[in-house]
Amino acid sequence: MSNIDYSIEKSVIERKVQLRELDELIARPLENKPDKKFFIALLITLSLTGLFLIGLGLTFYYGIGVWGNNNPVGWAFDIVNFVFWVGIGHAGTLISAILFLFRQKWRTGIARFAEGMTIFAVMTAGLFPLIHVGRPWLAGYLFPYPNQHSVWVNFTSPLLWDVFAVSTYLTVSLIFWYVGLIPDFATLREKTDGKIKKVIYSVFSLGWRFSNRHWQHYEMVYLILAGFATPLVLSVHTIVSFDFAVSIIPGWHTTIFPPYFVAGAVFSGFAMVQNVLIFVRKIFNYEHIITLDTLEKMNKIILLTGSLVGYAYAMEFFIAWYSGVQAEQFAFLNRALGPYAWAYWIMVTCNVVFPQLFWSKRIRRNIPIMFVIAVLTNVGMWFERFVIIVTSLSRDYLPSSWAYYTPTLVDGMILIGSFGFFFTFILLFTKALPVVSIAEVKAVVDGAQPTHKDH
Amino acid sequence: MSEKILYSYTGIFDTPDEIIHAAEKISKEGFTKYDVNTPYPLHGMNKAMNLPPSKLGYLSLAVGLSGALAALLTMYWMSAVDYPIIVGGKPLFSFPAYVPVMFEVTVLSASIATVLGMLFIFFKLPNNSHPLQGTDYMKMVSSDKYGISIAADDPKFDESSIKNLLTELHAKHITAIYYDNEEINHKHNIFEPKFIGFLLIAALFTSGITYFTLNKLMFMLPFNWMMEQEKLNPQHSSEIFSDGFGMRKPVEGTIARGYLPYQFAGQPDLAGEKLINPLPFSEKVLTLGQRKYDTFCSPCHGYNGEGDSRLRGQFPNPPSLHSEKVRNWSDGRIYAVLMDGQNIMPSYTSQLDDEERWATIHYLRALQRALNAKESDLK
Repeated sequence: MSNIDYSIEKSVIERKVQLRELDELIARPLENKPDKKFFIALLITLSLTGLFLIGLGLTFYYGIGVWGNNNPVGWAFDIVNFVFWVGIGHAGTLISAILFLFRQKWRTGIARFAEGMTIFAVMTAGLFPLIHVGRPWLAGYLFPYPNQHSVWVNFTSPLLWDVFAVSTYLTVSLIFWYVGLIPDFATLREKTDGKIKKVIYSVFSLGWRFSNRHWQHYEMVYLILAGFATPLVLSVHTIVSFDFAVSIIPGWHTTIFPPYFVAGAVFSGFAMVQNVLIFVRKIFNYEHIITLDTLEKMNKIILLTGSLVGYAYAMEFFIAWYSGVQAEQFAFLNRALGPYAWAYWIMVTCNVVFPQLFWSKRIRRNIPIMFVIAVLTNVGMWFERFVIIVTSLSRDYLPSSWAYYTPTLVDGMILIGSFGFFFTFILLFTKALPVVSIAEVKAVVDGAQPTHKDH
Repeated sequence: MSEKILYSYTGIFDTPDEIIHAAEKISKEGFTKYDVNTPYPLHGMNKAMNLPPSKLGYLSLAVGLSGALAALLTMYWMSAVDYPIIVGGKPLFSFPAYVPVMFEVTVLSASIATVLGMLFIFFKLPNNSHPLQGTDYMKMVSSDKYGISIAADDPKFDESSIKNLLTELHAKHITAIYYDNEEINHKHNIFEPKFIGFLLIAALFTSGITYFTLNKLMFMLPFNWMMEQEKLNPQHSSEIFSDGFGMRKPVEGTIARGYLPYQFAGQPDLAGEKLINPLPFSEKVLTLGQRKYDTFCSPCHGYNGEGDSRLRGQFPNPPSLHSEKVRNWSDGRIYAVLMDGQNIMPSYTSQLDDEERWATIHYLRALQRALNAKESDLK
């Protein structure tokens, strides 16, 4: 069918490639029937999702008493997971918006995929604030609407800002994603022979006809959306960090939180994109669309954000010492040397030490090693949220009310299950939609743009 | 074939350079109703086609600013006007706290409006019945070819000259595109029984599901409301305590908060000495006293306190309240009667609270004065 030699890993951006071959390559996963491996993978993620649903069912039936949360540690795994999953989403918007504004051509191969991850990660994240209220069917009261109690929500609360930030983020990400998909749906519509598929693609492509009178506005909208999404992605994790920074718990009440949280979110998000991309390019033979160069650039961003996070850890200690506040100083010493020192040192090793290996070009271009480092980054970033939330709450101002937090089995089920939930969507996405933006990749292929030699 | 209505003439080009050259040429020739179809946006095409810059930015700006203003005004109205509530000593209108939500609403409203505006107003999508759709031309330009289509309603349109022009530009696959007759003549028949039946079934299905969810599912355990949770009501028996009672008796000598027990039970004379009516003499107090008197005292003592009540003849006659004895009693002495009862009159502690008792006594005094006015009252 195609004469692309997959062993040569040269980017389509540099290589003269037939545009029609690109169509076929990207659309092939959608046309072929899923194979055995896909179903095995789906079975695994679905069973994990089942675990998730059992955990949620137990929580809703018995109430959140089945979790390990105790009196000082009122927020634990639920909020840890929330912040973690919101963070995972940030890489997608960053790739599709900020790198778009910087005119980075290499982003085209991975943007669609990362945007999809954003949506699924934010969906997963959104569940946690919902379940941690204990009675999720009453969560409608979080939204300001004229209810029969004629009471309005408290707009001065960062927890309400979360409601707006996360729902806006999900909506805008969906819109951004869909706008990018419209031309691809139109391409698939013209390519497909299946009757049902044709109807589905026709409906979703809205009758897009590749008109340049449309492309002109379309490019403008894409620019505007990128312009909106860039501050949005920064604002979302900033607002999430306000949940902590606006309170007066030692270890939380710091101004470094917004930039520190955003850097951490980008860090873990890129690591997650990296983890999944390594599989996707292998399985779908996208080696010359998602090249080793792209992976290396991702690793550079992981190195940068990892260093930012490491700087933030050091700066927290410095400010605690410099402020002279006893409770603040104790909070940080307690993190590093107290009962949760194990979690703190897992976090530091995974987030600060391992990414530094990426200074070496050999490691940056070594796929197995970068996969391991990316996994460790995600472990470390999960522990970062755990350390911030649990250590600060378990020992605050009043030593008489200190307590050690231990998660329960249900906590673990929900944590592991949330991964199954997320990866189920990822798997279905790879089979249902083009994971690489056809139109965007075509536009940056060598020779795709006019040379303007006669002007 | 001759009945078909011509939409446009199309030509296909192989390279971006050719198409941009062709677009420039056709735009120079003075055509206005032509379009270039390419699988991805080409740099420089706007200039070649002489397209004015996109005005979508104004739409996002207008909607974004309105969103920000609407969010601010809504929050101000909700937290400072309609339901003012002080949280942590912050002012009712605390602008910095409103900034995050304002920003989110701005982004949300502007993004949605821009995209919907582009798709549905600027492009007039969805349009799956466009003549170009489903043609070989569309198949080619959706993948790797670059096409140009000159519409028949262009004022400069002329079949033969267009063909020549396209050939001159080295276009391939020069074809005429016609409107689909079947589509033009198609009449939408929304009153088809099938369609109405579908609507009915959909309506029944959704109402059934809604009814089930709201009336059955939501009330099933464990989705019960707070009212229906397990608890022990005062009159219920329980197995927790050996005496079988659900509730415990308070420890002896327990006094309820904000309640002082009556200290002069059985000592009416002492009460008459010690108790003083704490209420001022006012119209409000008298009205309250009258209401209570009419309800609780008048059945026996009569509306004017003369003992001529509705129960006269069926009951030992209650005394007139205008007797010398009662008139000379102090307020506290009358209070003692209300608390303890006298002869066959029961205690009125459970019917009247403290304030109501004193108000009733004030009203009784007024009745006594009305029948036994002193000279000083006439002034």
